[in-house]
Amino acid sequence: MSSIAAAIMGFMGGMVGGLLGVGGGILFVPALAIFMDETQVRAEATSLLAIVPVALVAVWRQRGYGNVRVREGLVIGALSPVGVALGVITSNAIPQRALELVFAGLALLIAAQLVIRAVREPAKPPPDYSD
Amino acid sequence: MLESRTLKLAAIGTAAGAFSGLLGVGGGSVIVPLLIIWLGYGAREATGTSMMAIVIIAAIAVVLQAFYGNVDPPNAALVGIPAIGGVIAGTALQQRIPERAIALLFAGLLVVIAAKLIIS
Repeated sequence: MSSIAAAIMGFMGGMVGGLLGVGGGILFVPALAIFMDETQVRAEATSLLAIVPVALVAVWRQRGYGNVRVREGLVIGALSPVGVALGVITSNAIPQRALELVFAGLALLIAAQLVIRAVREPAKPPPDYSD
Repeated sequence: MLESRTLKLAAIGTAAGAFSGLLGVGGGSVIVPLLIIWLGYGAREATGTSMMAIVIIAAIAVVLQAFYGNVDPPNAALVGIPAIGGVIAGTALQQRIPERAIALLFAGLLVVIAAKLIIS
């Protein structure tokens, strides 16, 4: 049963990811921690593996709509390793409870961002944002 | 001008990378607002371009986490495979419906998750 709940959370994570541009990992991590009893750091590491193919499919779909600036996306990724290493080392060095609380903080932050966006945005989006 | 743009992209990559490595998320919540505010991207362009960066950032983070023995591939498949179906559904819907209701519903779900993590 908990596998099914985790899979449903996965589907929802992908859907809001495709819809809002945030959401994959922020749902994968709690899905794995809550339903599959992973420790926080294992849930995070496993979520990252799930994100790779999901983000690839999202890029493929978004490119079709003309929403991806490939070169600048690649540059951001290529210049990320120092930050990534710092983050990964920290996630393995600090207590799990601290990591859980920071993650909870991120969930609240994203919730706040979404509320602000929902309040600011026009009710119906313009038909086309592509160049 | 080009150099300052590259510097900004480097700063975004570093900040998003740290976020991603620490919290197991893609880093879109860092990349998207910075692309909009700093580099003048439109919302959808920022979202799409952020996904491109996330592919690379998450791949690097997985490799590093694997050194610690933290990656669990069967469980990654358990959430990742349904998520691919979710992305296709989500991106198709994105072009057709206003995002407000979904954004608010999702925000509510995140508050519940945060509460559960804090209480646990």
